[in-house]
Amino acid sequence: MPKLTIEELEKLREEARKTTFIREQGQFRAKINVHMGTCGLAAGARHILNAFLQEIEKRGLTDVLLTTSGCAGLCSREPMATIEIAGQAPVKYIDLTEKKVEEIFEKHIQGGEIVTAYALGIGSEKTDLS
Amino acid sequence: MAVEKEKLYRVHLMVCAGTGCVSNHAFEIKEALEKEIKRRGLEKEVKVVTTGCNGFCERGPLMVVQPGNIFYQMLTVKDIPYLVEEHLLKGRPVKKLMYQPPEEKTPVPVLSEINFFKKQVLVALRNRGLIDPEKIEDYIARDGYKALVKALTQMTPEEIIHEVTISGLRGRGGAGFPTGLKWQLVRNAISPDNEKYLVCNGDEGDPGAFMDRSILEADPHSVIEGMLIGAKAIGATQGFIYVRNEYPLAVKRILIALDQARYYGLLGHDILGTGFDFDIRVVRGAGAFVCGEETALLASIEGRLGEPRPRPPYPAEKGLWGKPTCINNVETWANIPVIIDRGGKWFASIGTATSKGTKVFSIVGKINNTGLVEVPMGITLREIIYDIGGGIPGGKKFKAVQTGGPSGGCIPAELINLPIDYESLTAAGSMMGSGGMVVMDEDTCMVDVARYFLSFTQDESCGKCTPCREGTKAMLDILTRITEGKGTEEDLGLLEELADTIKEASLCGLGKTAPNPVLTTLRYFRDEYIAHIQDKKCPAHVCRSLNVYKIDPQICFEKGHGCDVCRRNCATDAIIGSKGEAHKIDQTKCIKCGVCFDVCHFGAVKVE
Repeated sequence: MPKLTIEELEKLREEARKTTFIREQGQFRAKINVHMGTCGLAAGARHILNAFLQEIEKRGLTDVLLTTSGCAGLCSREPMATIEIAGQAPVKYIDLTEKKVEEIFEKHIQGGEIVTAYALGIGSEKTDLS
Repeated sequence: MAVEKEKLYRVHLMVCAGTGCVSNHAFEIKEALEKEIKRRGLEKEVKVVTTGCNGFCERGPLMVVQPGNIFYQMLTVKDIPYLVEEHLLKGRPVKKLMYQPPEEKTPVPVLSEINFFKKQVLVALRNRGLIDPEKIEDYIARDGYKALVKALTQMTPEEIIHEVTISGLRGRGGAGFPTGLKWQLVRNAISPDNEKYLVCNGDEGDPGAFMDRSILEADPHSVIEGMLIGAKAIGATQGFIYVRNEYPLAVKRILIALDQARYYGLLGHDILGTGFDFDIRVVRGAGAFVCGEETALLASIEGRLGEPRPRPPYPAEKGLWGKPTCINNVETWANIPVIIDRGGKWFASIGTATSKGTKVFSIVGKINNTGLVEVPMGITLREIIYDIGGGIPGGKKFKAVQTGGPSGGCIPAELINLPIDYESLTAAGSMMGSGGMVVMDEDTCMVDVARYFLSFTQDESCGKCTPCREGTKAMLDILTRITEGKGTEEDLGLLEELADTIKEASLCGLGKTAPNPVLTTLRYFRDEYIAHIQDKKCPAHVCRSLNVYKIDPQICFEKGHGCDVCRRNCATDAIIGSKGEAHKIDQTKCIKCGVCFDVCHFGAVKVE
């Protein structure tokens, strides 16, 4: 689309932000932290991580941050992820599958409704990124 | 140049690819990272991005992991497999590759927590480390060309000039002329065929200065956008970027940036469909220092010999090919988009009464944290040297700092609490210049420093006017004489007289400022000149012909057991003695090369 109009420049900016927003130090609406200890990795955390990444990309979101951390301590229930909506207590999800990720993303991150069926509990540890 | 749709990655590894890190093998680090990421099957999650200069050059090669702002430093190719496995595969940042401040026990993981970065305020360098300078989309994502849209659609030329005027922005190239006023003069100037030109001065030549280079390398679009806005304000359709050919990376990146801007129609005809036309050409300078002077620079662009001419007429009236021309420095242009975007008032809220905004400095010499910093005007020298610069290496004492390059002067340690702005530096006998800061410790001889800078300007003097050509030569002869112990007391008066004449009578800024290093060292370190002249001694032991080397027989015998290393290394057989006994120097044969001093492991060789 060479030779931009002003509208096209703004559109290009919006598009470009969809992949560069992760470099910014601002506030995010939601943070997803996939636990990637040896236990998590063995249980398939990498697939879970990529499933979350695809959900963000599919929707073109620039306000949801995906990070990783080590083992969360409950190795038998991996893969696990902690989801924290800004201003709310973090929620830990356990025994994740790609299918569950889809549902959690839609309901919790987009809809604000905790998927209690997959949740371990609310509260406790926070991500180290604030 | 088709644009592919970018994929979303969870991690961006921002590898610094400024000239400093590149010469420390940053591209090899990048290759190693990409190879290891692929080997670990992470290529769909992790992307390596090369950025411009991060600023903390001392600690290169550097890399910042985003999100998280985790700062890694002094990387080697060997570290990469471990780093990728730990941080990217398992999510555990690697402490041993983080920056650990001297005298502290734990490393600082996050960039913004490191002292070097804490006090900096980034305006001109707002995108450093956050964008790939070879990708216009990265610049656009960080509000790039937003100010241009505002200037083209919502502002008249007068309103643009007004905004720049109230911002208080002054020329960042050295003289500090108010930018808004300059633009107004060029706008008002009458051109017979309505043609006016715009020039970006990137002919950075001061020893130890690399502000302009870093901006062109790290964020070329900020300069292009600034020039576009300036073009609308003064009514120009053609601009020039004059950059040294010794800056290959800067030249490469600015050429890529211009191509990309043209591709999107941000340069050329009918920009963004607004009917505004402007384009930019790159002119490469051959490295003559005098071409940084505006009239010499214009002559060079026109293809003539790079020599200055008398002013007036100023370029604002008669510049390139006799047409009104607006010349601003790289850093000045890079500030413009922010001023238009955030408003002149915002910019003016930073800084001091007469010097607004921020200033980029390159800190080099005897300093722990060599690098590029941007700080608010009015910051004290102490904050720059100690808080940001991390002090002097090896526990040595801070002696002076040369600001403004060879045209500036040295500021002594007594003035460490001096708030830095245009006026305070001029009052101290120096000048802001383009922002080079050469830090000197107690081992520096101030007479030798003055001689060095004068030899630089004498060498670079174009020879067109007599005061500069002959005067700097005469001053250099005297200084050389003093450092060789052949100075007389009349020499100091003669130096001052010559300095006054050269300042008064030279044609251009090069000559007018050349005596500054001598005048400031005479003002603050006169006793060192006197020591050289009267006592025939160099207090810092730098001027070798004034040194006398002696061997302490007791140390040589007791500690070194007459190791004989000095004798074997002496080029003139001036050292007497054999293995196992104390050695001695025959002063009639000694040429004072200092090799014995350097090779002695026991500190037995003394300098007087």
